Amino acid sequence: MFEVLDYPFMQRALLAALLIGVAAPAVGIYLVQRRQALMGDGIGHVALTGVALGFLLSTNPVWMAVAVSAVGAVAMELLRSSGRARGDIALAMLFYGGMAGGVMIINLAPGGSTANLTSYLWGSVTTVSPSDIAAIGWLSAFVLLVSLGLRRQLFAVCQDEEFARVTGLPVRTLNLLLAVTAAATVTIAMRVVGLLLVSALMVIPVVAAQQATRSFALTLALSVIIGVLVSVSGTVTSFYADVPPGATIVLFALGLFVLISLLALPLARHRARRAAAGANRAGHEPALASRP
Amino acid sequence: MEPVISLTKVAADLGGRPVLRGVDLTVHPGQVVALLGANGSGKSTAVRAAVGQVPVTAGELTLFGSPVRRFRDWARVGYVPQRSTAAGGVPATVREVVSAGRLARRRLRPLGRADRAAVDRALALVGLADRARDSVNALSGGQRQRVWIARAPTGEPDLLIRDEPLAGVDLASQRVLAATLRAQRDAGVAGLLGLHELGPLEPLVDRAVILSHGRVERTVEHPAQLPESHACHPADADEPSAEPTLQTGIL
Repeated sequence: MFEVLDYPFMQRALLAALLIGVAAPAVGIYLVQRRQALMGDGIGHVALTGVALGFLLSTNPVWMAVAVSAVGAVAMELLRSSGRARGDIALAMLFYGGMAGGVMIINLAPGGSTANLTSYLWGSVTTVSPSDIAAIGWLSAFVLLVSLGLRRQLFAVCQDEEFARVTGLPVRTLNLLLAVTAAATVTIAMRVVGLLLVSALMVIPVVAAQQATRSFALTLALSVIIGVLVSVSGTVTSFYADVPPGATIVLFALGLFVLISLLALPLARHRARRAAAGANRAGHEPALASRP
Repeated sequence: MEPVISLTKVAADLGGRPVLRGVDLTVHPGQVVALLGANGSGKSTAVRAAVGQVPVTAGELTLFGSPVRRFRDWARVGYVPQRSTAAGGVPATVREVVSAGRLARRRLRPLGRADRAAVDRALALVGLADRARDSVNALSGGQRQRVWIARAPTGEPDLLIRDEPLAGVDLASQRVLAATLRAQRDAGVAGLLGLHELGPLEPLVDRAVILSHGRVERTVEHPAQLPESHACHPADADEPSAEPTLQTGIL
């Protein structure tokens, strides 16, 4: 049963999967809240340029991907907040620019070809090196410190930005911090899940959790539990069934989403009835019609 | 005494179009001032300029004596935006949303017992204590407006700024709104209200400033004491209001 733990590469892959499972939904919840669910995808494409740049400069692709995708995420945030470009257009530019840049640069690298990028695009359990684990560990610590430690502030900013500015919160700094945190999360997840499916782990656990919850705190907790569940079980399954880990994790997450949606249907009906009853109560409050 | 808000010949643009063309307005401590005007008169822009969300292109705008660009003491200001810009991508409870108002005092520090007590008081004030654990998405429009109203005073401000607090609000919520405003005024909190018309808030307003085409058309002191109850209804006859005129007379 636990022979999976006998292999050092699997120990590293499982540790990485665990950290991804916690970190990805913890950041993704703010992007979903702000209706920027695809931002992780945009960052993932930009990270590809970073990976290729790492090959070209013979440095660790993970750290290079962090640097380049952080620049991309900050650029995306500045475009969004300045209102100079529509959010979806800014995102589209990054998608195409990141992909084209990655393919171009990897072909410039000595002996490099797009085949080098395959494990980054789709993820792989066998490629998580000890130096990758160190990078993933540090990045996860940073991501969790921001996304959990500043959860009230990030909640306020993502829920109502104008109000947050008037409460005196450093909104611009928090937005940039969130962008950098999202970039770090993408690079943590890319080794196991793959850049093209990274965003799924930031979004699907959150969307699955909110089928059954009504508070932000519970959604956060439940989505992290779902994230860990699917990323660890997906990685183990990928080892035994010899299938790509990223696709397995994402399909497990989608399966859980469908399951929770079905289970939550009666719950939603019950709540709708209760809310309707509450609204009726409020509507029938006697109105004092005469002026004193 | 130093005014809480002072506008001197304030001008502002929206998308290159001049919206405010020299507005003078002063709110002294404890005073409630209504900014009246038809749609497009500039009252929303004036209110948003007062909280630093629209840049002032000419003139001077001060909050508690310091220019709005340099003003940092935002805990003294409670703000209720017109239609809340709130995004509902993830469910959030009434309590979670109202607690965000407390960040004006806590900024980056975690919330403690005093903060929870302030949130409880604000929820009780708007009559939503029993809905605290419900999702905001499950509330009616008027109840949601009450949530935004409760969120502003949780920071215990000296000045409340509300933009169109009556728009799209049912009778019960209008009553709650007037009651919270009265409680705040009795506690010495100043107010600036952007309003389409005074309606049920008339008895609470110390001064009405009527805007038209980005300028102050006239100023009426103590509108409630005038014999003619609609003395300061803005001249918007040429532009029929989309919102029904609710004369609730609940005060």
